Amino acid sequence: MNRLSRDQIAARVAKDIPEGAYVNLGIGLPTKVANFLPVDRDILLQSENGLLGMGPAPAPGEEDWELINAGKQAVTLLTGGAYFHHADSFAMMRGGHIDICVLGAFQVSVKGDLANWHTGDPSAIPAVGGAMDLAVGAKQTFVMMELLTKEGESKLVERCSYPLTGLACVSRVYTDLAVFDVGPNGASVVEMVDGLTLDELRRMTGVALTA
Amino acid sequence: MIDKSFESPSAAVADIFDGASVMIGGFGTAGMPDDLIDALIARGVGNLTIINNNAGNGETGLAALIKAGRVKKIICSFPRQTDSHHFDARYRAGEIELELVPQGNLAARIQAAGAGLGAIFTPTGFGTALAEGKETRRIDGKDHVLEYPIHADFALIKAHKGDRWGNLIYRKTARNFGPIMAMAAKTSIVQVSEIVPLGALDPETIVTPGIFVQRVVETGAQASTAA
Repeated sequence: MNRLSRDQIAARVAKDIPEGAYVNLGIGLPTKVANFLPVDRDILLQSENGLLGMGPAPAPGEEDWELINAGKQAVTLLTGGAYFHHADSFAMMRGGHIDICVLGAFQVSVKGDLANWHTGDPSAIPAVGGAMDLAVGAKQTFVMMELLTKEGESKLVERCSYPLTGLACVSRVYTDLAVFDVGPNGASVVEMVDGLTLDELRRMTGVALTA
Repeated sequence: MIDKSFESPSAAVADIFDGASVMIGGFGTAGMPDDLIDALIARGVGNLTIINNNAGNGETGLAALIKAGRVKKIICSFPRQTDSHHFDARYRAGEIELELVPQGNLAARIQAAGAGLGAIFTPTGFGTALAEGKETRRIDGKDHVLEYPIHADFALIKAHKGDRWGNLIYRKTARNFGPIMAMAAKTSIVQVSEIVPLGALDPETIVTPGIFVQRVVETGAQASTAA
């Protein structure tokens, strides 16, 4: 079975982002998607801390620490990009102006519920950031994640057991083994890696999957 | 003559009192008003309720205020980070209260306070632990949560340039919460790299009109460091 690397998952997500899209990439794994966006498409990246038209990391030594992304890494601004304050930034995110957001996840349910901010561990200090706003506000919310935990448990589930980030907000899930559509009608398989069968995928996930 | 300029950070924060609620601008260290916070630490008051996106990064700014034991409660969206050790230690010791707010709700509640709104209905957080016990309403087929404004006695903000009327422009992503916190606090105190003469700021590009600002203090240009 030909399991995808994290970079390959990011490249697969990038393939589905169309010309002219306004996109927010969540911190962590989704930031890799930026490295694979087709150069022949005008795609504008928004960052929650107040910039639209985010460019790549600056050369070492060229960092301006007043020009950072949501992950607090130094970035650049593309020609034509803009800065704005936090209420405007979240108006973009919550108000349906962002076409696609890509988020990481602990769990996604077949109905599109998302859990990605807290494991529920009582000793952990919780942090939520902009995840709940993005999950409910973008026109489409994509998740990218490895399908199984290190212990082999499926992160695509019938019902999330971790605390929820948003209800019925995810439409598509990109993983190292398959791509799924999720929503009111449950989960369906869009594609699988070479060498994997639908029966094997059903056994791994333990959820109802339509082809 | 309206002149909101103050001669020093310590003069600008001299009436911040024990138990005050204080909004602090900044996202990580970008926009963190370090000079005003240093003056606040030197002033010695405590039991503060702080509103910021984070809970301190590294050793400076809000992190230093927490380290000094001056913060009773923090209202923020993203406390836990690789360099939030001063908050983490106080939180685990039960010495600091945390109200966790989704980032967009934090911005909207601050803006609502500045705009004189009694409350807002927001879709963010519906059905999650952060909306437990809160009033909800279905509007146009979508579920919303009732959230109340966040007011504050003071705001401490870093801007790029200002004038004696309090008009401000910001620099890059250091803008973040500055404009809405300036609106929301009773007394907004701003450190700028330069106070320029009236008219030097293009009125078409002023981000915060001076009506939202009570005090401006020039602290010189300084580079933010990595978060």
